[in-house]
Amino acid sequence: MYDKGKIIAGLIIGMLIIMLPFWLNIGKTRKLPDPKLSEKAKLAEKCILPTDEMRSAHQVLLVEWRDLAVRDGERLYYSEYNQKKYEISLENTCMDCHSNKKEFCDECHNFAGVTGGSSPTCWNCHNEPKE
Amino acid sequence: MDKIDRRLFLKIASLSILGVTAGSLLEVVNPKDFKDNSIEPLTKLKAKRWAMAIDLTAINEAIINNCINKCHVTHNVPNLRDKQHEVKWIWQEKYSAVFNEGDNDFNLTTLYKNKNIPVLCNQCDNPPCVRVCPTKATFSRDDGIVVMDMHRCIGCRFCMAACPYGSRSFNWTDPRPYIDKINEEYPTREKGVVEKCDFCMERLDRGELPICVEESKNTIIFGDIGNKNSEIYNILSRRTFLRRKEHLGTRPQIFYLI
Repeated sequence: MYDKGKIIAGLIIGMLIIMLPFWLNIGKTRKLPDPKLSEKAKLAEKCILPTDEMRSAHQVLLVEWRDLAVRDGERLYYSEYNQKKYEISLENTCMDCHSNKKEFCDECHNFAGVTGGSSPTCWNCHNEPKE
Repeated sequence: MDKIDRRLFLKIASLSILGVTAGSLLEVVNPKDFKDNSIEPLTKLKAKRWAMAIDLTAINEAIINNCINKCHVTHNVPNLRDKQHEVKWIWQEKYSAVFNEGDNDFNLTTLYKNKNIPVLCNQCDNPPCVRVCPTKATFSRDDGIVVMDMHRCIGCRFCMAACPYGSRSFNWTDPRPYIDKINEEYPTREKGVVEKCDFCMERLDRGELPICVEESKNTIIFGDIGNKNSEIYNILSRRTFLRRKEHLGTRPQIFYLI
């Protein structure tokens, strides 16, 4: 093999650069997301589904709500979990209670990298709550 | 005890069936009430076929302007001055431009020739926009309203090419900077989607009439033409009306009373 030294040195330098993020963050810990409830949400005690389900599957619920409201014209949702009726609306129901988007939604979304221009695109059209 | 005969057996059997099913029968009569209503019950307005009649003998420009203004404020329609980028749900147009086929010089409608009249999506019964939409983003509801599902629109603008009334607008830019005051209860649109009037379907679903009807001082009549007892059915069956470009077979549901 010609230029053995140069190639191996280049490979080592390349690997170091590729692994730079790991080297820079070695031994460090990162704060876990800690979404905070708004006063209104605290008072309500129960959301429309158990917390676990909301955490893992709120996006599924949002898609179901979207289809019910836009495609079926059905704007009333009855929650089996807390036995209450709600208007199917992101702005007027979800965000009315969870009015602290920055401390609530963004907390986990930023941590998990589910953010930015393409995902999710809800707020391109739907109005964010004023904070 | 006597032997159980046929009559007695049937009596006992039917009574016991009644006994077993009584509970569920009661439930049908008294559906389980919601224990704690976090919202007022929505009494959705329903119809077989929504339609609108605009009374040209009574409507004037002040009323039209008010309708346009209220509609555009409610639905976050941006105010783009540039004619090529303009977005509109309801607007006004010269009568002679709206009903421009044929010779209007010597007929009944000469009266309106120079009058401005309101135009909006015709909520066609046979909508060409729905037929051409490749993603089914625009579709007809069971009650006849032609709806836009902004979540599905890819901005191909086939619907705009298909619509013979020019009722659709494309968002060439982000509309938000051009909305004076955003109505927080209604979404805006984003760059790259088509929008149009949808008979205020969100208001109908909440039990309210379309905003232009509310603001029209009874010059716009809205109702169910599938119901022979409705006001609009009654009015249309005894008054003269025009529809835009009827010969195209789109069956528009906006009726202009003359």
